[in-house]
Amino acid sequence: MTTKLFGEPVQRVEDAKLVTGTAHFLDDIGHDALGVAFVRSPHAHARVVDIDASGALEVDGLVAVYTYDDLVAADEAEGSTVAQPLPLLIPHPSLHAPRTGYALARDEVNHVGEPIVMVVARDRYLAEDAAERVVVTYDFLPPVVGVAAARAATHTVHEDVPDNVAAHLLQVVGDVDAAMTSAPHRLRLDLDVERSASMPMEGKGVHARWDPVDGSMRVHSSTQTSTSVRAAVAARLGLPAGKVECVAPMVGGGFGVKIVHPWPEEVLVPWAARRLDREVKWVEDRREHFISSAHERGQLQEVEVGFDDEGRILALDVRFWHDNGAYTPYGVIVPIITSTQLLGPYKPGAYRCEWWSVYTNTVIVTPYRGAGRPQGVFAMERTVDAIAEELGLDRAEVRLRNFIRPDEMPYDQHLTFQDGRPLVYDSGDFPASLAKLMELVDWDGTLATAAAARAEGRRVGVGLACYVEGTGVGPYEGAHVRVDTSGKVKVATGLTTQGQGHFTSFAQIAADELGVPLDDVEVVTGDTRRFGYAVGTFASRAAVMSGNAIALASRKVREKALRIAGEALEADPGDLEIVDGQVRVKGSPGAAIPLATVAVLSNPLRYAFDEASKAATQFAVGDASGPPIADDEEPGLEGTDYYSPTQSTFANGMHAVVVETDPETAEIQVLRYCVVHDCGPLVNPMIVEGQVHGGVAQGVGGALYERMAYDENGQLLNASFMDFLMPYASEIPHIEIDHLETPSPLNPLGIKGAGEAGVIPSAAVFAAAVEDAEGFPITRMPISPSELHDLRARHAAGELRALRRRTTTEETS
Amino acid sequence: MTAPVPPVPPVPPAPSGPPGESVVPADQLCDVRLTVNGVHREAQVPPRRLLSDFLRHDLRLTGTHVGCEHGVCGACTVLLDGRPVRSCLLLAVTVDGHHVTTVEGLGTPDAMHPVQQAFRECHGLQCGFCTPGFLTTAAAFVEENPDPTEEEAREAVSGNLCRCTGYQNIVRSVLRAAEITRDAAAREGGAP
Repeated sequence: MTTKLFGEPVQRVEDAKLVTGTAHFLDDIGHDALGVAFVRSPHAHARVVDIDASGALEVDGLVAVYTYDDLVAADEAEGSTVAQPLPLLIPHPSLHAPRTGYALARDEVNHVGEPIVMVVARDRYLAEDAAERVVVTYDFLPPVVGVAAARAATHTVHEDVPDNVAAHLLQVVGDVDAAMTSAPHRLRLDLDVERSASMPMEGKGVHARWDPVDGSMRVHSSTQTSTSVRAAVAARLGLPAGKVECVAPMVGGGFGVKIVHPWPEEVLVPWAARRLDREVKWVEDRREHFISSAHERGQLQEVEVGFDDEGRILALDVRFWHDNGAYTPYGVIVPIITSTQLLGPYKPGAYRCEWWSVYTNTVIVTPYRGAGRPQGVFAMERTVDAIAEELGLDRAEVRLRNFIRPDEMPYDQHLTFQDGRPLVYDSGDFPASLAKLMELVDWDGTLATAAAARAEGRRVGVGLACYVEGTGVGPYEGAHVRVDTSGKVKVATGLTTQGQGHFTSFAQIAADELGVPLDDVEVVTGDTRRFGYAVGTFASRAAVMSGNAIALASRKVREKALRIAGEALEADPGDLEIVDGQVRVKGSPGAAIPLATVAVLSNPLRYAFDEASKAATQFAVGDASGPPIADDEEPGLEGTDYYSPTQSTFANGMHAVVVETDPETAEIQVLRYCVVHDCGPLVNPMIVEGQVHGGVAQGVGGALYERMAYDENGQLLNASFMDFLMPYASEIPHIEIDHLETPSPLNPLGIKGAGEAGVIPSAAVFAAAVEDAEGFPITRMPISPSELHDLRARHAAGELRALRRRTTTEETS
Repeated sequence: MTAPVPPVPPVPPAPSGPPGESVVPADQLCDVRLTVNGVHREAQVPPRRLLSDFLRHDLRLTGTHVGCEHGVCGACTVLLDGRPVRSCLLLAVTVDGHHVTTVEGLGTPDAMHPVQQAFRECHGLQCGFCTPGFLTTAAAFVEENPDPTEEEAREAVSGNLCRCTGYQNIVRSVLRAAEITRDAAAREGGAP
């Protein structure tokens, strides 16, 4: 038997190119393309009164300067729609006042960084020279910055949205008021999570080449969805979809920000390429990425919880305000996920969640790894910790008492999830996950050690947080699998790759299904020339969706191979197996035919132009009395199939962290970080652990370092890596991981998504640990040393109450 | 405004004023002669051309990546006379007469440098965009310190940003690269 590759920590096939500098990212192509720079608004809220580009004309090498008026003129002349507002990608009934921007600002700018003028020149240097000579005159409008200002609505972002509320949603399960009133205990928490951002190491970028001979456009974009960029470009430029191809080359990280489409540049660069009949390229610089690409996370939350003497949650009432920035092109996915994934592994007696998504004069807010879950988990886990604190119970025990039990699966939370489907957990064993984490971290021992350290005057604390993550969101992905006459297997799937190792994990799946060596499989993703139907890479969905589609397509090919080989070997296909690329009769390895020969036989073309086709002539296949290609058959050893699930599959995880804070500097040091993760069977454990590591690192950044520091004028004060503090190796702890593998009953491979998991509980788990170390409540994240220092001062002044477990006795378990 | 705007002849620079009023002669070129990955190269570049752009777009050595353009992320790190430098902070004209090594110069898919081999073995990369900067940094480090502790390995790469890996496997990779290097040296030098 061929060794099964599913579940093996196979080394990545894409790495040979990546480590030798021979892989191609967006800016590695199109060296001769014209360069683009944008004049972007330096103001958060203003009317554009005048644009004077005459100064730009002085620059030798300038090719074109475009403003909104040029888009209008082009639309009138060419039938394009580039001057229309950018699309609202995901409408939702709750989104009663959606607003989207324009590819180039029409008459008003609503955030710093909004593009106003597009400059095309011989190269980027010259384009920037020209851009800085364009003079834009503004009439200033009062900016609305932060959730509090948006709620106050003294000023508005959009004149016709007087309360700044873009969307409002209420979801209710059970009689919350009655359950709250009758609950023996009640608590209220006011929580605050600040903004962060995906911040991939490679920014966005677009390259376009127009072919005037056949009227076709080839777009390369550093995107998480090439099929949808293709559709959007075709729609905006008035081209048939078949005349536009979009390729995502190697993409230097996405984490959510590159799922948004079309970005203004994805419309404008192809549009300019066609207009100028020249290759055009725009590569985002880091400052542009900070001020013009999307952020996430910012929410203000109010939680009220009613619970019994054992800590069981009887009623949970959550209200939150979500900062969606200046526009809502990606709809309200983030607050929907916050409100539905907030419940995690718990089953409150009754649940009500009401949220408002509000406009501010800041850059747009769209999903960043975790996509609203970190905020929801923060609300839920802070609440569970507060219950434990109030009752003097062990924090793990309170969690256990509120868990959904394995025998209650599948469990219906009676909410509507992000995909519009009922929120039903398909599988998971939360008590087992918690037990594994307790063992990994040695919960009781660690609590005791921390208490002993505190008794010596050190500030050591332990935190714990749990989450459930809907993964593998539909509607579908597909795959095409072809066995070449060389015997090599070509796999194509439409979704894209940004470092998740799809070229390897997908190849593992196909190799197993087809019985071929891994080296014989080549995977292509995100290239509409190879596969045209796809949704995209987000929501921890790639392995679940494309992985299963590849398995299904491979099975089709296998079935065809066995049928043809059966005819050639005069054997029943049921008696055949494929091992190391050879189709052979089980138990009789001598009777075999290479898959390559089967591929030749599958195409009744009898030109013996190579050795494989010569070899094929010795076999007879097909019914000699019928046509060479039977009805409903196709030539070629290939197949296409799709995977389309009825609902998401739910992964879960639990993290524990031990921190020590410096009594003088308030610096927060991570002593241990433990993860138990259940994403079902692991296709490639090395890759899954890498995903967890990366997620945890982003979580550490989001909890302790990263924030978007907007001032009251809407200026982003820290729009560089000098000031936006992403963690280096020196800030990330060693991460200890254990896995539980609870299969999903929903898909053929039984797998669940793993991409976002690591980042989800970070704000919650660090807040819990710092709170435990310091002895007073932490309600706002991220937390920096200076903020912790201020909290200590407030605590010392009596403004911030001490934890009960510090004023009475140490926590026991 | 009509578009495209045709280029017009440069006008004489204004006597004084803020940036934006004087015309930079884009055609002013300087000679650069240097050795890149062991190959002598000669080129004429504008004085403001960044070394990173020169390597990537003029010499077409696109393995060096640019992540922040302000010297913080380290993705563009190359070796200048064997020492790691940020190519986005250097002008091409300033490396005249020097030796530059980029990730392409460390090794090839068929003959990898120990750091390249180690990063692949230890899953020290995901999207791979920051990786060339880590590889050049680690190559110089391992040469200087072929038997580092984990702490030293972590310290060595603590000036480079990675958004995918959480660094754990990068640190492992650096230690493994050192191990491969030591093993190779032991083989070459014979058993001790």
